[in-house]
Amino acid sequence: MRKFILATFAISLLGAFSLLGMGSALASGDTPKPPSHKWSFSGPFGSFERPALKRGFQVYSEVCSSCHGLSLVAYRNLADIGFSKAEIAEISAEAEVEDGPDDEGEMYFRPARASDRFVSPFENDNAARSANGGSLPPDLSLIVKARNGGSDYIFALLTGYREEAPEGFEMNEDMYYNEYFPGHQIAMLPPLDDEAVEYEDGTKPTLTQHAEDVTVFLAWAASPELEARKRLGIKVLVFLLVLTGMLFALKRQIWAKLH
Amino acid sequence: MTKPNWAARAVKGTVDWIDYRLPVFTFVNHHLVEYPTPRNLNYWWNFGSLAGIVLVIMIATGIFLAMNYTPHVDFAFASVERIMRDVNYGWLMRYVHMNGGSMFFLLVYIHLFRGLYYGSYKAPREILWIIGVFLIFAMMGTAFVGYVLPWGQMSFWAATVITSMFSAIPLVGESIVNWLWGGFAVGNPTLNRFFSLHYLLPFVIFGLVFIHLWALHTHKSSNPLGVEVKDEQDTIPFHPYYTIKDTFGFGVMMVFYMAVVFFAPDMFGETINYVKANPMQTPPHIVPEWYFLPFYAILRAISFDVWFIPAKLIGVVLMGGAVGILIFMPWLDRSPVRSARFRPIYKQFFWIFLLDCLILGYVGAKPPEGALIAIGQAATFYYFFHFIVIVPLVSVLEKPRSLPASISAAVTKAPAKGAS
Repeated sequence: MRKFILATFAISLLGAFSLLGMGSALASGDTPKPPSHKWSFSGPFGSFERPALKRGFQVYSEVCSSCHGLSLVAYRNLADIGFSKAEIAEISAEAEVEDGPDDEGEMYFRPARASDRFVSPFENDNAARSANGGSLPPDLSLIVKARNGGSDYIFALLTGYREEAPEGFEMNEDMYYNEYFPGHQIAMLPPLDDEAVEYEDGTKPTLTQHAEDVTVFLAWAASPELEARKRLGIKVLVFLLVLTGMLFALKRQIWAKLH
Repeated sequence: MTKPNWAARAVKGTVDWIDYRLPVFTFVNHHLVEYPTPRNLNYWWNFGSLAGIVLVIMIATGIFLAMNYTPHVDFAFASVERIMRDVNYGWLMRYVHMNGGSMFFLLVYIHLFRGLYYGSYKAPREILWIIGVFLIFAMMGTAFVGYVLPWGQMSFWAATVITSMFSAIPLVGESIVNWLWGGFAVGNPTLNRFFSLHYLLPFVIFGLVFIHLWALHTHKSSNPLGVEVKDEQDTIPFHPYYTIKDTFGFGVMMVFYMAVVFFAPDMFGETINYVKANPMQTPPHIVPEWYFLPFYAILRAISFDVWFIPAKLIGVVLMGGAVGILIFMPWLDRSPVRSARFRPIYKQFFWIFLLDCLILGYVGAKPPEGALIAIGQAATFYYFFHFIVIVPLVSVLEKPRSLPASISAAVTKAPAKGAS
């Protein structure tokens, strides 16, 4: 048994090393690793801070949403972050969706309902590219899961703009220098600034605050199941640990007859 | 007896009536209760049954996922996200299934290395071993087509890279690739057939597992000493001894498995697979799932043509051969002694071989640049050198340590009945 544990330990250590190797392989290049940030939703007991989520939604809708879609999230999902039915109806009604055909066979536009997904700012990718100098603003529904470094990366990117590229760095036209974007040249102009959004809850509107809030919101958009998952996970693990402990005792008892 | 007599008699009567017509109770008794098992199996013998349980978990979760999945290039990605967001406990089903693939390979690889260490492949268990190699092939096929289904960037590009390997086959390669794709690129027909195959192959695996167990129960389990069972003293009934040991092992595995599912569900995945497949944009690094990395390293190791044979073809053949060569293990290893415990030289080469596989995995994860190319080539060479040269040579030259007279003699440290 002891030998087995030692061997398992040795193998998992080796495995962990090779996994680490993979991680650093993917973060290769001259882009620095985003600094790790303390998020309320990381760790086994983590959850999203409701006020930060609401502020983050405000930043998304007032700033990001002019270029970036959120097409996998439905307006009704906003109930999860503390919006009331009436508020959701009001938010969704600001967007228009194509529906139909009606009784005459015509397609028509109507205000979006709670059941609709967030309406993207552009009709399609081509329209988005043509309006953004050839660059495609990615949909943000999964952005936190779809980038190495996750929320740390998003936060670092939003706060990683520099006025000037370092000495000797060739910049292309209409590009902005960003510390954390792979290759450092990003087509998105610095989206956030101090006082970019006037918070409804009176929080001081700084660039860092905006970046942090919108990252929390996007982390929720990417993993809306996170809180339910972690809560259930704790229960499952406590159950399994107790069960496994009892099974171990039972195993010893049954095998004692043999030894 | 607390039960009234008539009830006990009714139960027994029913059981006997069924058993006379369909001997399920006899079967269970024979294979799971009385089944004689070597008394000295250690925890490395847990991994076969654990892999079997994970197979059942995969099929169970997979059936529910298939109810909500749409195999169409325009809807597949969104349908997976719908499972994650809108289907009740869909996220749980998907994360259990997604990480179940990694668990399955982890358990099976440990099971395989257990076999290599303890010589489980030796007579009379060669067919049992070979079915095991077929199982690994079937698992690899299933995992590969399954990984394509979410239709993320890595799904698409892995499908493109791996299916393109067949174009290395001389003359008919291109036609075979088009036939696999159902078109001239990975597209909707490819996704459709991969979904169909991903539903079919697990049942092939199930069938192979049945044959694997059939062969196992014919000559019963080997054991850490590698000494065959001689008499009743060497064995204990499967129940309760191994039912409880396996159940405890199951608990330990579930703790690890569920910790990943609930707290680090994307640990084994590639972030870029959360970006929808885009045939116009190749990701900077195309890497397979971790369980394919050593084989991926072998595939890429050959960067030079040999004589008139193109590098690509050699890479593909070696990659297939890396698993296929395991089939010959019973004949490559000539040693009469099974367990590495009594084989001081083989034991050391076993660990070096395991290290070599980990090095290959590391190389497979990284872009092929600089020293890693040479390391990958050396590790690939050693992989085959181990099987073709070291194993046969060591098995002939090595002087094994003396074996115990019997399992019970070694376990109870007392002279066995027959030995006195």
